[in-house]
Amino acid sequence: MATLELYDVRKSFGATAVLHGVNLALNDGEMLVIVGASGCGKSTLLRLIAGLEVPTAGRIVLDGRDVARLDPAERDIAMVFQNYALYPHMSVFDNMAYALKIRGLSRDDIARRVGGTAEMLGLGPLLDRKPRQLSGGQRQRVAMGRAIVREPKLFLFDEPLSNLDAKLRVTMRAEIKRLQRRMGVTSLYVTHDQVEAMTLGDRLLVMHQGVPVQLATPMEVFERPATTYVAGFIGAPAMNLLPGVLCQGGMAVDLGRGMVIPFADGKRDGVDGRKLTIGIRPEHIVLDPAGMMLQIDLIEPLGSETVLIGRMDDGELLSVKVPGRAPAGEAIRVSFPAAMLHVFDAETGLRLG
Amino acid sequence: MERRTIFAGWVLPVCLVAPQLLLTVFFFLWPAAQAMWFSLVRQDAFGIRTEFVGFENFADLFADPLYLDSALRTVVFCTAVAGLAMGTALLLAVFADREIRGRAIYRTLLIWPYAVAPAIAAVLWVLLLNPQIGVVAHALKSVGVLWDYKLNDTQAMIVVILASAWKQVSYNFIFFLAGLQSIPKTVIEAARMDGARGWRRFRTITIPLLAPTIFFLVVVNIVYAAFDTFATIQALTHGGPGKATETLMLKVYRDGLINLDLGSSSAQSVILMVAVVVLTGLQFRFIGRRNAE
Repeated sequence: MATLELYDVRKSFGATAVLHGVNLALNDGEMLVIVGASGCGKSTLLRLIAGLEVPTAGRIVLDGRDVARLDPAERDIAMVFQNYALYPHMSVFDNMAYALKIRGLSRDDIARRVGGTAEMLGLGPLLDRKPRQLSGGQRQRVAMGRAIVREPKLFLFDEPLSNLDAKLRVTMRAEIKRLQRRMGVTSLYVTHDQVEAMTLGDRLLVMHQGVPVQLATPMEVFERPATTYVAGFIGAPAMNLLPGVLCQGGMAVDLGRGMVIPFADGKRDGVDGRKLTIGIRPEHIVLDPAGMMLQIDLIEPLGSETVLIGRMDDGELLSVKVPGRAPAGEAIRVSFPAAMLHVFDAETGLRLG
Repeated sequence: MERRTIFAGWVLPVCLVAPQLLLTVFFFLWPAAQAMWFSLVRQDAFGIRTEFVGFENFADLFADPLYLDSALRTVVFCTAVAGLAMGTALLLAVFADREIRGRAIYRTLLIWPYAVAPAIAAVLWVLLLNPQIGVVAHALKSVGVLWDYKLNDTQAMIVVILASAWKQVSYNFIFFLAGLQSIPKTVIEAARMDGARGWRRFRTITIPLLAPTIFFLVVVNIVYAAFDTFATIQALTHGGPGKATETLMLKVYRDGLINLDLGSSSAQSVILMVAVVVLTGLQFRFIGRRNAE
């Protein structure tokens, strides 16, 4: 159990800068999820904290001690790898006992701790097996057990569920959350899967091209995305992003097609004609007989709801999520509730208000 | 994945297989059969009288202290060559496996000695170690070592071991490097996270994961040291001084082609053949079992 702080951590591989200065503070016992598309630097950040890579600049402070240049062995951090990275020549027991043996614990202590952890994870009957005799889910559990049994200061998870099938992933996700809560170990979890990110994290860090874009609770990220990138990345189907211009002295946006929507939460800065990007989530668009015409292009039924992908009169696509079945007909009329609009600057992509 | 070609007639397939079959028949099956036959007979030096003697040649060999000496010498030689060649290769492979500048050049250079013909390699060693003109010999003498491998038994053995092992390092290096690279990087990283460092990580993770490669190379190196070093030893010492570097292979040659005792020489080569068959069989069984797992 520990706190972790990063101060302006940077990493370059040769001339390629991968991380452009990350600042971050994790509270004791917190689960922070780092999410982003592949290549955003999230795995590199995790490896820097683990000690598998050395940062080009910056400080990594674990429990008040700068560990940025220490060997992983001196950091007391456990990591769960994407491909589990179990030792293929060792039994489940030996896999879990390895770190304890290195630390010179007595035989009895090791047996007791491995036994206890195995019990907790339901690995008891598998202790004598070799990794190749285990299923994917069981290997995942052993990888977790190997981290837990050490009682480390910090847990790192590097996309631990991405090699599992969809159903198992949901089960293991819940299990990881329960375990983390129960043990209260400060954890960092890297994923590209937004569902994992939303469900697991106490807080989310969204990364884009080596820069942290937003750090907030999952609901805050969903409700008030800081940039158009975050807006498009979190939420499925993705948020619709439409061009618009500021009008009526900053009190409304003109989306073209005769749609002028007054802001529900007040004035935005800037002169009329300032270019904006307006975001609206598919589930917030409402069917409205007086609204804009939308030609249905594609229908994706999800069971309890249906995603309609329609074409506006200028050919641009718009997705709409409606409860229940798709409405009849080849076209629908929709409108955008003013309170549900997200307003961003078109140039910088930053949220306005 | 199995790829099969179905031939319509029998002419083409026979033509395709024939060269290999002819080579095997003329250079292996025929001489091997001849050796087996000669090992059971006794012939006078001019090949005029031939007498069938059963296993007498073999019985004579196992009662001959010179043969047993040579066998023991071969065991020592093989162990030393295999150990030295594998140890050096593993050390080099571990270093070459790291991310270093210019490692492509470095690796290529390490593979070169394998392409040098045995006799040429021996000449290189002669130039280094020759008591009169050798560079190394000169250096040794200047620090007070009485160096003359043409007179000193131990020194002669050291020279043939060094020359033979050097030839084999490249081969072992390639296999060790491939073996090291096939160890998943994340497994090593997991061990680092678990606090394992340096020699301990090498001993508990790397070596066990290299075990199949090590076993394979032990067999290959023993076979190499026992059978493939003839040219090297012959060029360096002719098995001398005295019999100090006479391995079983050299003894076969000396007894058969120089002393013209074909019966004994054939019996010796049959024994060596059996040894190779046993070693290879052991290896196939081991590899087969690993693949079945």
